Amino acid sequence: MNLVLISLILLLGFSSYYFGRKKATIIQSSQRLTALPKFYGYYLAIWCAAPALIIFSLWSVFEPTIVKNFILADYLDQNLTKNELQLIYTKVKALALGTYTGDINNFLDNSAGKYIQIKNMANNAKIVIVLAALILSLSYAYQSIKKNNRMREPVEIFLKWVLFTASLAAVLVTIGIVFSLLFEAIRFFQSVRIFDFIFGTHWYPAKTFVRDGQPDPELMKDAFGAVPLFAGTFFIAFIAMCVAIPVGLLSGIYLAEYATRKVRKYAKPIIEILAGIPTVVYGFFAALTVGPFVKEIGNSLGLEVSSESALAAGAVMGVMIIPFISSLSDDVISAVPQNLRDGSYAMGATKSETIKKVIFPAALPGIVGSILLAVSRAVGETMIVVMASGLAANLTANPLESTSTITAQIVVILIGDQQFGDPKTQAAFALGISLFVVTLFLNVIALTVVKKYREKYE
Amino acid sequence: MNEAKRKLLSKRYRAEANFKLFGQIAIGLALLFLAVFMYKIFSKGYTAFQKTWIVTEVHYDKELMLIETDNPSLEDLENADYYDIAYKAMTRLDPSLPEEDDRQLIQMVAFTYEQEVKNHLLKNPSLLGKIVPIRLTASDDLDQVHKGNYPRDIPEEDRRVNDYQLKIYDMLNERGDILSKFNLSFFTNPDSREAELAGIASSFMGTVFSILVCLAFSFPIAVLAAIYLEEFAPKNKFTDFIEVNINNLAAVPSIVFGLLGLGVLLAVFNLPRSTPLVGGITLSLMTLPTIIIAARASLKAVPPSIREAALAMGASNMQTTMHHTVPLSMPGTLSGTIIGLAQALGETAPLILIGMVAFVNTIPGTPVDPAASLPVQIYIWSESAERGFVEKVSACIMVLLGFLILMNLAAQIIRHKFERKWN
Repeated sequence: MNLVLISLILLLGFSSYYFGRKKATIIQSSQRLTALPKFYGYYLAIWCAAPALIIFSLWSVFEPTIVKNFILADYLDQNLTKNELQLIYTKVKALALGTYTGDINNFLDNSAGKYIQIKNMANNAKIVIVLAALILSLSYAYQSIKKNNRMREPVEIFLKWVLFTASLAAVLVTIGIVFSLLFEAIRFFQSVRIFDFIFGTHWYPAKTFVRDGQPDPELMKDAFGAVPLFAGTFFIAFIAMCVAIPVGLLSGIYLAEYATRKVRKYAKPIIEILAGIPTVVYGFFAALTVGPFVKEIGNSLGLEVSSESALAAGAVMGVMIIPFISSLSDDVISAVPQNLRDGSYAMGATKSETIKKVIFPAALPGIVGSILLAVSRAVGETMIVVMASGLAANLTANPLESTSTITAQIVVILIGDQQFGDPKTQAAFALGISLFVVTLFLNVIALTVVKKYREKYE
Repeated sequence: MNEAKRKLLSKRYRAEANFKLFGQIAIGLALLFLAVFMYKIFSKGYTAFQKTWIVTEVHYDKELMLIETDNPSLEDLENADYYDIAYKAMTRLDPSLPEEDDRQLIQMVAFTYEQEVKNHLLKNPSLLGKIVPIRLTASDDLDQVHKGNYPRDIPEEDRRVNDYQLKIYDMLNERGDILSKFNLSFFTNPDSREAELAGIASSFMGTVFSILVCLAFSFPIAVLAAIYLEEFAPKNKFTDFIEVNINNLAAVPSIVFGLLGLGVLLAVFNLPRSTPLVGGITLSLMTLPTIIIAARASLKAVPPSIREAALAMGASNMQTTMHHTVPLSMPGTLSGTIIGLAQALGETAPLILIGMVAFVNTIPGTPVDPAASLPVQIYIWSESAERGFVEKVSACIMVLLGFLILMNLAAQIIRHKFERKWN
């Protein structure tokens, strides 16, 4: 239904382009126009389609809420909670669509009838109003095609608004992220104290699973302590950094200062392949090859090693992150002005002394920025941990044991069927918002540092 | 020069050489990781492109197939009973085996063997009544034995292939009745619980649909946004805010986008779960900032002289942008888009959250059918305990990497062939 309406609007829009252009061409044959004929066509097409589409989308957004309020108005005197009302509405809707299986009482049946009635009415009203708007604005626009109208300007102003709206998309996505996370997280913190979440040391959400009815508040208190996850996240990121920083930084320095043009031309893109490999592939590699390898070495040294160890996941993650550090630090080192190097060489310093004492300090802010970006990357990495480091949230500082991270727990909780309203599902969103805040914090600092650094030498 | 100075100098030179060596070692390590990684994947995966068959004989016996008419039509053949003849085709391999142990022979082929016997006849109805050789898909355990991936020397009770089956296998192998050919069904079959039947067709189509949806949503919006920000936006606080927003969005972990897809697309807009439509939209939100940043960079690279020339000829700002700046920036924008899509192609976590991990054994025909995607398929198979899936995962990784290489190559070609160099 909606699809037909939209195609009708678009079809009319396209055809009115030709009408507008034709009218303008006819005027043009006797008089001089103030804009090219096609702008008259655009003008008409915009007036035809835009108001109708705007009304259509606004209607579609608000219709469900209004219908819901109409239906639930009958139940308001029964003193029901919000959740119960929601449940009733879901039942009414299912009954109206014929997919409901369960007890039907008179009240529900009445509501379903009313729902169908309102829905039909709304549908008809929508078609009438949208088409009326279309005809009104179209006839207005058609009237206003005269020789003296400067049609290019309104068309261009409209286009500019379209461009502006598109640029709001990024803001909308951010708002969407923040609100969807906050909404569920706030509901989570209504059943679990925020203090228990941030400072609790036991993460065991499966414990709260109760079929029917509310889980025991005492259990809840002890099940959602996120400290093991925060610790695990930073622990694995730390291991990754232990691999990535030395290798990445040294290769960045080598590429920027020592490598010949030819080596640089080939080595840089090859190293960057490491960043292009999907993380799930790294996860498989870590679980199948690195994990057993670490275990074998550990066992031969007489150590107790779990086959899913933080070390395996962290090391593989570190390899993945090498190109982030090497490329970025290569860029910042290359951006250090040549006269600093020349000055140092003139004083008799060797190349490595120049790098260590002159270039490195000068490039330090940029390098720190790139490392922070890499840390944020490591903190947000999911699949490697899910596949290689186990899913039990241990609070441990032993790299040979398995640990879990924020991201891995989100996956564990949400894989399979989710039930909204379940504290477990909400906990995933609470974890999500802590992850978002941490990475945002790291990014903002890193970007500011890098920006300051660029300004210094530009 | 005295002795102390010379010593100091040689120490400094040694430090210099060492430092350079460290740099070389670091680069070597990075390249070594890559090499080991590729070697492991390829050496594990290439066998998955071979499929093992067992050759036996089947007697298309009308009586056993319960066909009563003399000249059965195709429909009669379709409805005939194949259970007995398929069973007999397998037990024929070792007539001496007591009947109660027949299962051991049946276990050596895929559970679809009856279907295979049927399809063979339907393709070639003239075989009815004859005894003909037929090849049946070997079970995944036997497949692994044949490829040498399965240790034969561990105790029998720890093996999924017992001594009797190994004996039959050796006998067949000696006779040349074990075939090994290119595994076409890996590309044409949907996912399956049985490793020997599992293919990537369903997840491949899921990936294609997701990427197309992602492209359809992210490309227009991103390009329009980039044009506004680069060519029209006034320099003010709000524009700065949008820019900061885009930069930060580019660094948000992908899993957060999965939560967004779950919390908004599924819960609020009630879009169908587990479908490439939702997956594609989720991925498009993720690629949006990448494409915006690439498109802005390539708009910025168009020299101002182009704009000035157009403006001097009397074009409006909008005409200058749409007729000159944007077309000239397109190669850079397109290659940035492809690179953004390649990133989206490898994403797994957000797709898991919106339910694209469901077991799907049909090939999706539209973006609103439930599907998996290649990276998710890798995850699903790697969680599976069966040995036969290990090579499948590696092969799936090879296909995914091939896909990524193609996309990056396309981006490179577009960039080098069509991008104008301004001096």
